[in-house]
Parts: sequence; C-alpha cells; structure tokens
Amino acid sequence: MSQVLNVPHIVKEPAEPGEQRTRRAFLVAAGAAGLAYTAALAYPIYRYLASPQEMEASATAVTEVTLKDAQKLPAGSVLMFKFGSSPAMLIHHEDGRWVSLTAVCTHLGCTVQYEPQADRIHCGCHGGVYNAYTGANVSGPPPKPLKLFKVSVSDSGVNVSRT
Amino acid sequence: MTSKTASIYDWVDERLGLSELVAFARHKTVPVHSQSFWYYWGGISLFLFLVQCFTGVLLLVYYHPGADAYESVRQITFVMHFGWLIRSAHSWSANLMIFSILVHMFSVYFMKAYRKPREFGWLSGMALLGLASVFGFSGYLLPMDELSYFATKVGLEIPNAIPWIGPAISSMLRGGLQVNEFTVQRFFALHVVVLPALFLPLLGFHLWLVQRHGNAMPPSEEAKPAAARKTIPFFPNFIRKDLGMWLVSLNILALLASVFPWSLGKQADMLVPAPQGIHPEWYFMSPFEMLKLLGNFLPGEAGEIAGLFIFTIGIALWVLIPFYDTTSDSGRRARAAHYFGLIAVFALLATTAIGYWTIR
Repeated sequence: MSQVLNVPHIVKEPAEPGEQRTRRAFLVAAGAAGLAYTAALAYPIYRYLASPQEMEASATAVTEVTLKDAQKLPAGSVLMFKFGSSPAMLIHHEDGRWVSLTAVCTHLGCTVQYEPQADRIHCGCHGGVYNAYTGANVSGPPPKPLKLFKVSVSDSGVNVSRT
Repeated sequence: MTSKTASIYDWVDERLGLSELVAFARHKTVPVHSQSFWYYWGGISLFLFLVQCFTGVLLLVYYHPGADAYESVRQITFVMHFGWLIRSAHSWSANLMIFSILVHMFSVYFMKAYRKPREFGWLSGMALLGLASVFGFSGYLLPMDELSYFATKVGLEIPNAIPWIGPAISSMLRGGLQVNEFTVQRFFALHVVVLPALFLPLLGFHLWLVQRHGNAMPPSEEAKPAAARKTIPFFPNFIRKDLGMWLVSLNILALLASVFPWSLGKQADMLVPAPQGIHPEWYFMSPFEMLKLLGNFLPGEAGEIAGLFIFTIGIALWVLIPFYDTTSDSGRRARAAHYFGLIAVFALLATTAIGYWTIR
C-alpha cells in the first residue's frame, strides 16, 4: 500500500526509467489478475444461465421425425408437430399431395397457420402469406420462404426429414 | 481528468450533487484502536446479504415452488451447469451471514455501541437479525427434501406451544394440518417477496443511522482525551479496507461452496421415518437444546410453555438493553449489562455444544 501512496511523489522527482517500467508491469499484472478473477466468477454464472439453450441445441440436432399414424390425416387438413424444439406442419392437400414445412414465420417468428379454404399459409401476427406447396413467401412482410422438409408416407406413419 | 470527463462529471454533479457526497465521505472518519477489527463485521454481513440477493435471483431462474419443488432443486443441483455451485454458495452464504451478524451484534453489545444516540441502530439491527432467521427458516424448506420437511415440521411446533392462539398460527403458516406443497408455496412467497420487502427498507434505515452517527467507540477509547484518539478517513482509507474484507469473504465463500458443496437429501415423504441424528441448523441449535433440557424438569406442555416464556423474556431483555444501560460511565448498570452479555454468550455456546454432543 505505502508504495502506491508514494507514487505521486516519485513521479515528481526525475523518474528513473527502471522504476517506471516496474510500476507499469505491476499495474498490468494487477489488471490481468483482476480480469482473471472476474472471469472465474462470471464463467459459472454464464454457463448456469445458458444451460437451457445448450439443452435445446442438442434437440435441434434432430434430423428426422416419425409421426405415427399420420398417414390417416384427412385430405385438406394439417397436423402441427415439433421438429426438434421448433414447430412444424404437415399438410395433406385436397389433391392428395403431402407437404411438410417449418411453421415459424421468417418475419418475426410467430407460428403460422394453414388455411385450407384459401389453400395458403397465413401468419396472424403481421399478415404474411406463403405458398402452401413450396413455402415461397407470396405477400406481406416475410423476407424468406418457409423451409420444406422431405416427406415419406408409409402404412404405419409419416416420416419427415431435413432435406 | 481530461477536459471531456471533467465536463461530463460537472454535468452529472450539477444535477445529482455528487461532490457533496464526496465531501461528506472525505469529512467522515473512522476511529482506529485495538478493537477496530470488529468494525468490519457489519460490512461483511452486508456483503453476504448482497451475495444472497444475487445467488437467490439466480436460483429463482429455475426453481419451481409447490408440488415439483424437489424436482426443480434436483435439476438445479444435478442438471444445470454449475447449478450445484450457485445453490451451495447461497446456502453457505446464508450461514456465514447469520454468523457475521451474530459477531457484529456481540461486538456492538460489548463495546456498548447501543447507548445514546444509537438506540435505533440496536433496535433495527435486532429486527434485521430476526428477519434473517426467518429467511433461514423459510429458505430451509424450499428444497423439500427430508431435512427441510422435518425441520419445518418441528419448527412450526414452536408457535404451536403458544397458549390459545398457537395452533391457529401454526396452521396458518403451514397452509393446512401437514407440511405439504401449500407450505412450500407460502414459504416461497415469504422468502422471496415478503421478507425482502421488509428487510431492505430496514437495512436502509440501519445503514443511514451508521452514516448519521458514525462508528461508536468502546468505553476504554472514549475515556481517552480527544487528542489521544486516532482516526482514518472513511473515504478512501476505510472503504478500501472494507472492500478488502469483502474480497476475503468472497474467497472464503467460494472455497467453502466449491470444496464442501451443499447436499440434497431424499425427497420429503411423510411416511418415511425421520432419519437418525436429525438436528436443526447450528443457529437454531441453542434454543432447541434449551427446550430439550427444560423438558427434563418440566415434561410435556408445561415445559414447552415455560421454555417459550423464558425465551421471550430473555430476548426482550436483550433488545431493551439500551434503555437499561444508558450512562456512559462504567457504573453498576454498565457492569450488570456486561455480565448479562457474558452469561448470554456462555449459555448460547454451552447449549450449542451440548446439542451437538448429544446427537452422537
């Protein structure tokens, strides 16, 4: 402590270059130790708070989902399901075609809705509209199309996978 | 200071009056003498309370009160990264805080710092200690493991012994006839909303009083002529030492929390018999043991009521000591208060020791 208190006094005298250097080295070392100490405190807190994100990250690693008995879905209707941790939709069109897409609006992330009468996908939040076959953004604010999944229908269910 | 920072400082100072605060802090001094070490314990208690707020909010992020309380604490302890450490720090800091408050209280008592004009400091301090022990008692239930279950069950038998209104008070606290998920829910509300809402303004009052009256000197120091007393400026000299003590406290806490992590018992189940050697936390050990000893002379309900009566009288005398020991000279009352303090310390230590001794 007394060294630090004497510093202004030392500086006023013609400072010796060696003394200046040791003082600088001391301050750098003290600063580094302080930073290391703070980091050692902050790291566990960060990891603690980030735990759910990390758990979800492993859920998004999912590449395919099998929907049991979904082949029974009537034509002209939709089935909402979770692909990993985010919502997705399986549409059985009137013409018999099967389409599966992410159900998260590319605008601000609301869950979108399939409208069978208009045969389109609509977002209730800001009125975005997507093509129900291709996922293309047709009108409204969405900047990007909805992502399509690969669908394969069998006797026991429907398999949806990343393309 | 460069001209830019100086002008920002001036802008803020003009509106908030910072330089008045700095001038006040520079003007304020702290006495230096052989007993100065005890001045740090209030600050240490404050620091540990801040740690409690911080780690408490972190636990709040994942804790569920009610029926799945145990499961959520299990998740915090075993699933969330470093959750065990946060929980361990909260439990250790709670214990260290009670300890440092007790050290602070006894140092104030024996330095006779409760005398005029500091009576309100003593009274608010006693209220803060009371709230801190309710914090401890309510927080102990929240994990809903075996120990919390039986501790709460036994603890709520104490208000139950109050004549006439006791059972109603116990049921009200418990939220039913048994300790169950309603009890956890209301203890949770008490622990995170009601108690902080009472504690924080009281703490503000207590700290304001310290600023207003400054540190008290022990009678031996007060007897000296003013010229012979030594002081240091509060800012920056004492603050620097105070913060140093905070750093030491933080290091001790980190060491204890990580090397001796707080355990989580089995889930509470009223059909499972209480584990052998179950005992209260150390700061409740003394009253627990006193009740047990008294039960040997006065068995049954009479003993409980007598115990409660003796406690109430003892605590009331302790709280009211500033109004008994008022004069600054060391007269008969000053000596009586001193001996009363010694007896209290001896009784607390002895009954705590007997309590731990008889568990084994």
